[in-house]
Amino acid sequence: MRSIGIIFRRELASYFATPLAYVFIVIFLVLASAFTFYLGGFFERGQADLAPFFNFHPWLYLFLIPALSMRLWAEERKSGSIELLMTQPITLAQAVLGKFLAAWAFSAIALALTFPIWITVNWLGSPDNGAIITGYLGSLLMAGGFLAIGSCLSALTRNQVIAFITTVVACFAFLLAGFPLVLDAFRGWAAAPVVEAVASLSFLTHFEALSKGVIDLRDVLYFGMTIALFLISTVIVLDVRKSQ
Amino acid sequence: MIETQHLTRRYGALTAVDDLTFRVEPGEVLGFLGPNGAGKSTTMRMLAGFITPSSGSARVCGHDLETATLEAKRCIGYLPEGAPSYGEMTVRGFLGFIADLRGLEGNARRLRLEHVTERLQLGGVLEQSIETLSKGFRRRVGLAQAILHDPPVLLLDEPTDGLDPNQKHEVRSLINEMARDKLIVVSTHILEEVSAVCSRAIIIAQGRLVADDTPAGLAARSRYHNAVSFRLDSAAALESARAALAQMPEVASVEFVERDQKLTALPQPATLGNASEPGLALMRAITGWAQAQGLVLRDLAVESGRLDDVFRSITA
Repeated sequence: MRSIGIIFRRELASYFATPLAYVFIVIFLVLASAFTFYLGGFFERGQADLAPFFNFHPWLYLFLIPALSMRLWAEERKSGSIELLMTQPITLAQAVLGKFLAAWAFSAIALALTFPIWITVNWLGSPDNGAIITGYLGSLLMAGGFLAIGSCLSALTRNQVIAFITTVVACFAFLLAGFPLVLDAFRGWAAAPVVEAVASLSFLTHFEALSKGVIDLRDVLYFGMTIALFLISTVIVLDVRKSQ
Repeated sequence: MIETQHLTRRYGALTAVDDLTFRVEPGEVLGFLGPNGAGKSTTMRMLAGFITPSSGSARVCGHDLETATLEAKRCIGYLPEGAPSYGEMTVRGFLGFIADLRGLEGNARRLRLEHVTERLQLGGVLEQSIETLSKGFRRRVGLAQAILHDPPVLLLDEPTDGLDPNQKHEVRSLINEMARDKLIVVSTHILEEVSAVCSRAIIIAQGRLVADDTPAGLAARSRYHNAVSFRLDSAAALESARAALAQMPEVASVEFVERDQKLTALPQPATLGNASEPGLALMRAITGWAQAQGLVLRDLAVESGRLDDVFRSITA
């Protein structure tokens, strides 16, 4: 636990030691507001809720989270610092978890900084704040899922651009797993239960329920298991490939 | 103590390290030599617990690297090749991070940090980020990181690579100073390093162990071992010297280096004679000849052997 904490603190601090943190946060906030007010029609809808805000999160994350996750391991491998880190008395699992949690905490900070929109909607009307909290929870869980996928793909390469592109594609596939774009690729040859299983993997479906204020344990569990699965994969990938 | 048993590492069809078995005791400074690509770094990485062997095993301080990895890592200080670190961190932040990972706390943490900062003269750059530092400083930060927890075993992968002569001297005196109570393995392809710091040298080529000896023992394998070299003032004297040396029964062959006008007579092994006075017969023959000719021999010396010559003949 101690080692996870030490790695977590170093990682989180390293985001803020470079312009990355500030660029990321500013772009996230600007895009989130622009989408909410222009594409989402926040005012025109005349409803006191944050649906137009949360609806665009999956698409924002699709490009922003891979930018955050691409450096997790690719950078360590490129600079060779992974050799320094992994010869300290820590386990791979501690390193993977510490770095993932730092990236997740960072995205939580970015998400928390959208609080003015919550104040705005409360000032304009009386929204269901429980639903908004659930929406934030769903958004955070989805960010965690994307980050875990990104962590695993970042561990596979020492090139951050490759890590970014593969993560965008993988996240896109997970996002739209319940839609014809992805399902049609399986329908031709896979059995119906397989197609159904793929459909149930959709980030979008699981997120939509949460963003509407419905806490279904299955949705929470789904994101939790996705995160766990990809972090375990990260450990395995690193164990096999860390020195190459 | 480090002990390896048939240590082997394969990458696909390539065998980077092939059946290495050796043992190093505390107090020894082992020079790990070999041409580039011989498997030095791969071996160091296996000893440091970064990569696992394809077969065979290694124990550090009695802990098996595969079954007791954390315990083994705790007693190792490791400087990876190129001294990688986190460029965006300050030196203070970086050393603090390593101190935390090494479990140093309170007063001990402060004292060790002060000690390495002073010992490696990092006081002036503590607040600078590592990526802005010169190569020499980065290497020193890497060394500071390796010795921070005062480990009984030190693994240094090319610790003086890319340093200027003053910095090399600094690093070598640091190694010599720590050698008394530690076990140090220094991987290098710089041969002067071996005579400067090592008490023993292992040479590997294509992943295999090809020599394991003291630096003096290695030098003795050189064909220059007990050779006599000197310079002469005039070109005419040089010519007659070459002719005279070629006639001597003690001389196997004569070599002349144009650049520094140095003549070297390699000894005939059979005439070396008394082991307690190696090279003396050859020396006597040469000085006797020079006296008879009325010539002055400049820079006259008996060579102990050339490591680079041995290195080439073993690994090429």
